[in-house]
Amino acid sequence: MVKKLRYTNALAVLLTVAGLSAPALAGSEDVVVENAWSRASIGVNRPGAAYMTVRNTGEDAVTLTGLATPLAMMPEIHESKTNSDGVSSMAPAGEITIEPGQSVALEPGGLHAMLMKLQEPMTEGENFPLTLTFSDGGKVTVEVPILGIAARGPEG
Amino acid sequence: MQRRQLLLYGAAGAGVLGLTLFVGWWRVDGPGAPEPKGQRPLPLSAMEFRLTDHEENEVGPGNLIGRPTMVFFGFTYCPDVCPTTLSDISGWLEELGDEASEMNVVFITVDPERDTVEAMAEYVGYFHPVIRGWTGPEDQIARAAEGFRASFERVPTEGGGYTMNHTAGVFLFDAEGELVTMIDYHEPREFAVPKIRRALTEDVEGAT
Repeated sequence: MVKKLRYTNALAVLLTVAGLSAPALAGSEDVVVENAWSRASIGVNRPGAAYMTVRNTGEDAVTLTGLATPLAMMPEIHESKTNSDGVSSMAPAGEITIEPGQSVALEPGGLHAMLMKLQEPMTEGENFPLTLTFSDGGKVTVEVPILGIAARGPEG
Repeated sequence: MQRRQLLLYGAAGAGVLGLTLFVGWWRVDGPGAPEPKGQRPLPLSAMEFRLTDHEENEVGPGNLIGRPTMVFFGFTYCPDVCPTTLSDISGWLEELGDEASEMNVVFITVDPERDTVEAMAEYVGYFHPVIRGWTGPEDQIARAAEGFRASFERVPTEGGGYTMNHTAGVFLFDAEGELVTMIDYHEPREFAVPKIRRALTEDVEGAT
């Protein structure tokens, strides 16, 4: 009984701390990142790519401004596009605003976290942390599993 | 005097009109006409280029005639579109099962500077074993792309590197080397696999 109470108190403290730190941010604490995955790389010369769904469960729009990871010196959100002649190209996507209740999918052939200047090879079966930075100063870090080089989605 | 001037203007006007018409013809239908976009690829038998496959064999379009063929362009430093295409194709080939071994499947690089024979060998090794990787001198790759009516372009990136824009669709030919159809980039499997089956059955019809 005492143990249980203590546990409840600890939880209450935690919740209070979380509640206190929340007002500093406007929105990004309501961001949920789901289904993150990436493909293994061959060595470190070729850029890698990571995919995920970024969901805004809050009531304010959030703007994704950048990425950080110890795995790559230059992580950046890029977008692949295929024009009417079937020619595909890729370019930095800039900032991405997600409206309340909406989500943005980073998926093959569209938006993706481009991991340039890899510090080490991306090895199948390992994970790496990827931090998403938002315009309100908030950060969300997600562990991205590294799947096989021929993976087609978060399930492999 | 006035009449003379009128005649002069008239002649000048006719000249301008004639020139305009001539320029128009030259640019639209004449020798100056641009290559129509979305033009059909040549039959494989009409293409001419020499490349090297990932096992160091000398190869060309002639090697592809006799079996149905899938060809696509890409480069191994491409982090998104190319591995997606290769894994899509690997998935289609898995679904085809034994029939997959009756096809030529060729990945031609548009980035021979980085995609050496060794780089291609390592890269294709991660995908379906039927897939072959072809590379070679830039002029031969340009000739190949011209035959397929594919395009590619080197684009510098920040940080001093470069990426390649390129035609991302998959070209599907029958055993005689005639184009059957294109499979668009990232086309769902339920559309892609029947197209490939069509190329495989055209082969059977051609044989009977």
